[in-house]
Amino acid sequence: MLIYIGRRLSLALITCVAISILTFIIIRLPPGDFVDAYIANLASTGSTVTAEQAQAMRHEYGLDRPVYVQYVLWITRVVHGDFGVSMMWRRPVTEVIGDRLWLTMIVSFAALFLTWTIALPIGIYSAVRQYSIGDYVATMLGFIGLAIPNFLLALILMYFGFRYLGLSVGGLFSAEFAQAPWGLAKAWDLTKHVPLPACVLALAGSAQLIRIMRANLLDELRKPYVITARAKGIPEHRVILKYPVRAALNPFASSIAYVFPYLVSGSIIVSLVLGLPTVGPLLLQALVAQDMFRTCSWPERSCCCWVS
Amino acid sequence: MSGTLSDDSLASAGQLRLTWLRFRRHKLAYVSLFIVALFYLVAIFADFLAINDPHAVDARRGYLPPQTVHLFNGDGFNPYVSGMTGKRDLKTFRQVYVPDPNKKLPVTLFAHGYPYEPLGLFETDRHLLGLVSPEPLDGIYLLGTDALGRDLFSRIMVATRISLSIGLASVSLSLILGILLGGISGLYGGLVDLFLQRVIEIVRSIPTIPLWMGIAAALPNTWTVVQIYFAITLIISLVGWTELARVVRGRFLTLREEDFVIAAELAGASQLRIMVRHMLPSFTSHVIAAVSLALPAMIISETSLSFLGLGLRPPAISWGILLQDAQNVQVLAGAPWLLLAAVPVVTVILAFNFLGDGLRDAADPYG
Repeated sequence: MLIYIGRRLSLALITCVAISILTFIIIRLPPGDFVDAYIANLASTGSTVTAEQAQAMRHEYGLDRPVYVQYVLWITRVVHGDFGVSMMWRRPVTEVIGDRLWLTMIVSFAALFLTWTIALPIGIYSAVRQYSIGDYVATMLGFIGLAIPNFLLALILMYFGFRYLGLSVGGLFSAEFAQAPWGLAKAWDLTKHVPLPACVLALAGSAQLIRIMRANLLDELRKPYVITARAKGIPEHRVILKYPVRAALNPFASSIAYVFPYLVSGSIIVSLVLGLPTVGPLLLQALVAQDMFRTCSWPERSCCCWVS
Repeated sequence: MSGTLSDDSLASAGQLRLTWLRFRRHKLAYVSLFIVALFYLVAIFADFLAINDPHAVDARRGYLPPQTVHLFNGDGFNPYVSGMTGKRDLKTFRQVYVPDPNKKLPVTLFAHGYPYEPLGLFETDRHLLGLVSPEPLDGIYLLGTDALGRDLFSRIMVATRISLSIGLASVSLSLILGILLGGISGLYGGLVDLFLQRVIEIVRSIPTIPLWMGIAAALPNTWTVVQIYFAITLIISLVGWTELARVVRGRFLTLREEDFVIAAELAGASQLRIMVRHMLPSFTSHVIAAVSLALPAMIISETSLSFLGLGLRPPAISWGILLQDAQNVQVLAGAPWLLLAAVPVVTVILAFNFLGDGLRDAADPYG
């Protein structure tokens, strides 16, 4: 067992390194670097930057060194917990991202929690009462959840909230708390705002999980040991909950490995639509501005949550 | 297996025919097949179905609400749409339209409109629906217009072409990658398999949208629509091939142990013959099912990317680009019909999902 865990861990480590290299390459893909983008930006407002100044900037950010040196410099700092300085904002990346990272995590975990609490009972019900009306309704809802891209759902909810309820649905805080320091009142305000984006995010994920749970449980229910248990006269709910559900839970639990990246990636686009102060909108800006350090830090963290 | 077939013909039916028979029993999937076919027909005949030139811009008819075609005009069947006169509301500065009671524009089938080339074969200007004698500002706007006065209905029709073909192109590319790499992985096993499985896990563990965003942001602004189109196709399939590879690998692994494969080996069949003649036919239906489940994901990818402004760029028309116009509540409050572009997206994705589900059930001989 220890050898197995060790092997998985070392593979996970290799995977993390590969992801970081991949991220770095992707960020470096666009022609030109941050300094080019910065100069172009300044030029559009009328000021100019001389070649020497540009060179000095490149030197300061280490952009004039070979790519692999840049990578090694960056990764050693990341390992030490220093994510570099955002070039565009001239502030440490950790500070720029700040609360946003926690908010992203809160939204994502709330969505994950919701996904499971929705999917588990419905999945069990659909399997036990296969082809019942409830099963069809759940299947139908699941498919619709799968079919509506979550940004579209956010958009539609926002429109209906605005049109018929007169609410502005976006954001994670009410206007009076947006800039306020953290406190109980602000946390409470947050709890009131999290459910909506979490629901939007959870819908598609739980649709998938319902399918998985239903299929697995159906396979288990057909096995002879279930019939044996029934024949012994064990009450029906115990027959189902005690063994088949447990066996079916295993693939269900391991599905976190791909549901979580899915949620995180969905949260970006939903945050954009709903105007949530998470890292998503920042990431989009950073990509457009080619702000290397800031963009890099992001997938790096999300891959820490990756379960092999 | 129930059916009208006698036992004899069932016993000799091939794998694909058995799959098809099972598939027919899945009603929802069967209906979805026709819906999907309908969508592809729309994509092929998009220009014929479009009413107005989807690129024609005229700010004087911006945000025109959807119009209805009245079928009867006093003396019997005589379809027409009312002419609209636009006025600017001096309080809100929004263009407000009222139907002009004196102006009834007769509508006809197979009317003349903007010229186009169906399938690039010949030039014509016939459209399914149109005005008998259109004046410059007149037109039929079944689903209203956007900010620049472009007809939403015609744009949705034309967008179908790009959105569906990009899905098909990406899926074909991922299929090639998936079969090739999945096949190698499943056949050779060992270190090659371990390596490819790691690669698949890495690609799967990165949240897709940031990955697309990263790559898509790398596309130069100067590229033409066609170049961007192919680049986006490539990006989507580079991210999307993993699922297909897993399916193919899994099938190869299970089939390798099957009796008929061992029998073929013992009979002295070559490796290639075993693969192509014996193994491939027995999982074609699985691959078809996996493809029809991958397609909607690809269509969503394109839509999301274009919606974020990182995918296709105007003047290209795709569903994502149409939805980009509907991005904020202020616009939607004034012109809710812009959200209608979501209807074909949801419909086609739903249909593909049902279709894929039905195919998967049908492809599984133990289901």
